[in-house]
Amino acid sequence: MSMNLLRLFGGRNASAPVARERLQILLAHERGLLGQSDLLVTLREEILAVVSKHVALDPDKVIVKLERGKSVSTLEVDIEVPNDFDKAKAAIQRRMAG
Amino acid sequence: MAKVLVVTSGKGGVGKTTSTAALGAALAQGGQSVVVVDFDVGLRNLDLVMGAERRVVFDLINVVQGVAKLPQALIRDKRLENLWLLPASQTRDKDALTDEGVGRVIAELRSRFDWILCDSPAGIERGATLAMRFADEAVIVTNPEVSSVRDSDRIIGMLDSKTVRAERGERVEKHVLITRYDPARAARGEMLNIDDILEILATPLIGIIPESQDVLKASNVGTPVTLNNAESAPARAYIDAARRLMGEEVAMVVPAERKGFMNRLLGRRAA
Repeated sequence: MSMNLLRLFGGRNASAPVARERLQILLAHERGLLGQSDLLVTLREEILAVVSKHVALDPDKVIVKLERGKSVSTLEVDIEVPNDFDKAKAAIQRRMAG
Repeated sequence: MAKVLVVTSGKGGVGKTTSTAALGAALAQGGQSVVVVDFDVGLRNLDLVMGAERRVVFDLINVVQGVAKLPQALIRDKRLENLWLLPASQTRDKDALTDEGVGRVIAELRSRFDWILCDSPAGIERGATLAMRFADEAVIVTNPEVSSVRDSDRIIGMLDSKTVRAERGERVEKHVLITRYDPARAARGEMLNIDDILEILATPLIGIIPESQDVLKASNVGTPVTLNNAESAPARAYIDAARRLMGEEVAMVVPAERKGFMNRLLGRRAA
């Protein structure tokens, strides 16, 4: 809407308003990404450490995602646990005891 | 108190070196003692734009590594006696520069000059981070064009996180310098306008340099544009920007379109 209005005033083929809108959207995304990358890495490592105390895990199967919404964001933690994690857990406990 | 000012942009080819030379000369013309330091190791060009390419003996890396003393590497400008150049090395690579070594050289320059202008290489890697590392102020050179504005935004983020000042919880004073501004294209809406750029980058403006043949002419002859033709539009814009850096209040002049005869005759609006 606002873009169309600006186009009307800006002349027939004004591309500057398009450039502005594209930049605003892109930079909002990139600024968030840069600020958060460290947070996500830290979260992933700490979650992995806590869960690994009790369940044997493949570190590559721990996925931490942050979806940014307008008013709320969701943190999604996806951990794949092997079916025989009980046995694996026993193995960890034996190792820790011995 | 000496001020360290980095001239940076992220994107290449936007006018960092031209702007470093022009602002450095303008500050020197204003009576300040100035050194311009080239951080573009391996691709130095500030010497060429300043017309000192045949006088380079020692360079920044030689000083960082202790091969030469600082006074041996400093080159005095032939036109202005209070303007100096510290060139980059053309043969070595940027890995020869260390954080600690650059810090030492900057500290020594601070004791000798009012202004230390660091001409950053393009990119966001070691050369660029070292050029901004010890800065008190930054001039972010931006063209009115999407890729340049995006890269400027990235560089602003780095100035707020990777500099010594940022790590101490202090601020680097940042200014946007818009270069290659074409008023006719801006009026037709083909070029990002200044308010849009400033709104997106949320950083104050230090000057608007119009696109001009005078800039190329000056670099062709190896003279900062402010010295080559002080009356030209880009020179006046750089001189105003330098005065603002020195704390003066100077009204901002937005380069206006010089309407052609036919356009005026037809009463064509530039909206």
